[in-house]
Amino acid sequence: MSDHESTYVPKSGFERWLDQRLPIIRLMNDAMVDYPTPKNLNYWWTFGGILTVCLMIQIVTGIVLAMHYVPHVDHAFASVERIMRDVNGGWLIRYVHSNGASMFFIAVYIHMFRGLYYGSYKAPREIIWILGCIIFFLMIATAFLGYVLPWGQMSFHGAVVITNLLGSIPLIGESITTWLWGGFAVDNPTLNRFFSLHYLLPFVIAGVVGLHIWALHVPGNNNPVGILIPQDQRRRDTVPFHPYYTVKDGFAIIVFLLMFAAFVFFNPNALGHADNYIPANPLVTPAHIVPEWYLLPFYAILRAIPDKFGGVIAMFASIGVLFVLPWLDTSRVRSMRYRPAMRWYFIIFVIVALGLGWCGAQLPDAQVIPGVPSFVLLDGELNSYLWLTRILTAYYFIFFLVIMPFVGLRETPLPVPESISSPVLSAPGAVPAGSHAEAEKKG
Amino acid sequence: MKLSFVKTLAFAAAASLALASGAAQAAGGAKHPKDGGFSFEGPFGTFDQGQLQRGFKVYREVCAACHSMNLVSFRNLGEKNGPFWSEEHSNPNDNPYVKAIAAEFEVADVDSETGDAITRKGTPADRLPSPYPNEAAARAGNGGAYPPDLSVMAKARHGGADYIYSLLTGYRQPPAGLKVQPGVYYNPYMAGDLAAYWTGDHDHVPAGGFIAMPPPLADGQVTFDDGTRSTVEQQSKDVAAFIAWASDPKATVRKQTGVSVMLYLALFAGITYVSYRRIWRNVAH
Repeated sequence: MSDHESTYVPKSGFERWLDQRLPIIRLMNDAMVDYPTPKNLNYWWTFGGILTVCLMIQIVTGIVLAMHYVPHVDHAFASVERIMRDVNGGWLIRYVHSNGASMFFIAVYIHMFRGLYYGSYKAPREIIWILGCIIFFLMIATAFLGYVLPWGQMSFHGAVVITNLLGSIPLIGESITTWLWGGFAVDNPTLNRFFSLHYLLPFVIAGVVGLHIWALHVPGNNNPVGILIPQDQRRRDTVPFHPYYTVKDGFAIIVFLLMFAAFVFFNPNALGHADNYIPANPLVTPAHIVPEWYLLPFYAILRAIPDKFGGVIAMFASIGVLFVLPWLDTSRVRSMRYRPAMRWYFIIFVIVALGLGWCGAQLPDAQVIPGVPSFVLLDGELNSYLWLTRILTAYYFIFFLVIMPFVGLRETPLPVPESISSPVLSAPGAVPAGSHAEAEKKG
Repeated sequence: MKLSFVKTLAFAAAASLALASGAAQAAGGAKHPKDGGFSFEGPFGTFDQGQLQRGFKVYREVCAACHSMNLVSFRNLGEKNGPFWSEEHSNPNDNPYVKAIAAEFEVADVDSETGDAITRKGTPADRLPSPYPNEAAARAGNGGAYPPDLSVMAKARHGGADYIYSLLTGYRQPPAGLKVQPGVYYNPYMAGDLAAYWTGDHDHVPAGGFIAMPPPLADGQVTFDDGTRSTVEQQSKDVAAFIAWASDPKATVRKQTGVSVMLYLALFAGITYVSYRRIWRNVAH
C-alpha cells in the first residue's frame, strides 16, 4: 500500500546523510518492515516468500555449478558426474539445484492456484498477475534449458523434440530452428548457447520478480476475504509485515525446506528420469521421451491436437490465456469463498490440471481403463489417453474462455464482509453496495 | 482455514502419489525387479564393505572383460565408505590395497622423454582401464552390441541395484512360442516389447525383452576371499551393490548429512512456530 506514510526515521548521522542521497534504507523499511499487510492471510500466502527463497537457492547453487561445469558435448555429462564425485560438497550443490527446479515449480503452481482461487488477478492487481505470468514463462524456459545441460539421453532428445516444435511454424519454422541450433541439428553450438541462456534468464527472472513485488506494494496484498481494505479499517485490518509475516513466512519456508531436504538427501533422483544418466546418443532414441513432471500438463496439451503446428499453438495458448485472465473474469467478487458456483468449477480445474499432468506421462494409445472395450472415435480409441487428454484440454480452455465470463455474470455470490475485522454479515439480504456481483456488467 | 490448508495438502500429496504409481506401472513391458534386500536401502542404509569388495572382484574378473567404468578411479576404491577404505589410510593414495590393485593393471601413457606410446603400472590416480580402445572395437568384439559403461548404471535404470541383481539372475529358458533370434537371450527383466516375436496368444505377450549379453555368471566362477559361497545369486547381488556404490559413492555421506539437516530444520521449525504463536497472540485473525 504505497499511499501509507513512510515511518522511517534515520537513527544516526550516517543514515540521515544516506537518506537524503539514496533512500534505500527507507525503501527497505517501507517495503519489508512497516508494509501494512492484511492480518488474515493464510498459509497459501506464504508461497511468495518460499518462491523468493527458491530463486535465491537456484541462483547461488547455479553459480557454483557453473564454475565446474563444461558446456561441451564431449565433456558435459562427465563434468556433472565429476561435480558429484570430486568437487567438495558437489553432490549436495548439484542435487539441491536439480531438485530445486522441481521445488520451484511445486511452489509456483500452488502460488498460481492461490491467485486463481482468491481472485488476486482482478483489478487493481492485473499487472501483478501479468508479471507473474511472465515469470512463469521464463521459469519454463530456464528449466528446459537447464535440463539440457547434463547432456543425458532425455536432455538431448527433449531438446530435439522441443526445438523441432518451432520447425512446424509455416514458412519460417525451418530457418528459426537452424538459427536456434546454430547448425543443422542439436549439437555442440546448441549446448553452448543453452548454457549461456540458462545462466542469463534467472537474472531476468530476478528483475521481473522485483517488478512483481513493486506492483504488489501499490495496491497491497489481496487476502482470503478478497476485499480492498477500506481506508478507515486500515488500522484494524492490517499488521506490519515485520514481525508478523516475517515469522509466519519464515515458519512456512522452514517447513518447505524440510520437504526439499527429504528429496535432496534421501531420494535425490526420484523426480528425474533414469534415462538422463545415460550419456546423450543421437543415434539411440529413448523408448518414451517425456519432459520433467512440471511440464507434463503442457506436453499433454501439445499432443492432444492432431496437427503439429496446432499443438504448438494450443500449448502456447494454454499459457497465453493466463495473461488475459483479468479481463475474462466478469465477477466483481474476488475470493471464491463467496462464489458458490465458481469454486466448484475451480476444484474441477485443479483436478483437470493434475489429470493433464498424468496424461502427459502416458502413451497416447494406452487404455485409460484396462480391458474395457470401446470404439474408434475419429482417429483413436475412446478408451485411450489420447481422448482423455483431449477432454481435459477442452475443459482447460473452456474454464478460462467460457466458464470464467459466464459464471461471473450469472452467479449469485454470498454476502462479502465489509472489512476483515467485521464478521460476515448476519442477514443475507444486507449485502453492501459494491460487493454484489449478481448479473452485473463488468466495469 | 489452517485445517483446510492441511487437508488440501494431504489431498494433493495423495493425488501425486497416485500419479507417481500410475507412471511407474506404465514404465514398460519388463517384469518388476526383485528386491535384493540391500544394506544400503532406505534413509539410514549404508554399504556393506565386505559385499563391495566381493562385488569389485566380480566386476574385475567378469564384467570388466567387456564393460568399462570410465568415471571410477582406483583412488575411489579407498575413499570413505568405499570397498577398500580403512581408518588408518584416510588418504586413499596411501592405501596399500588401492596401490596394489592399481599396480596390477597396465595403463596407457606417453614416455615423457621420447614421446612414445607406452604402458606403465597403474597408480591410485588412474581411471579403471577400459577393455576396448573405442566403441567400434567394443561392438566388433561383441557381435555388434555395445557393452554400456557401468559407472552410473544403478542411476541409469529404473530399480537401480535391484534391477541389476534381477537382470543377472533373470536369464531363463524362453517361453514356448517366443522366437529368439541368434545372438540374443531372453530375460524377463530386460526392457523391450516381444509382441513381434511372439506366436502365442496376443493378450499374453511374455514380459521382458532380448539382451545381447550372454548369461555372464556361473556358480563358482569367482572365488570369494572371505569364504562366502559363490553362487550366481550371491555374485549378482554383490556386483549390483558394487555398481550402486560406484554410481553414487557419496550416498552414505549424503544420508548422514540429511539426518542432521532434517533434525536441525525440525528444531528450527518448532522454535519458529512458537515465536509465531507468541507474536500473533494478541491479533485476532
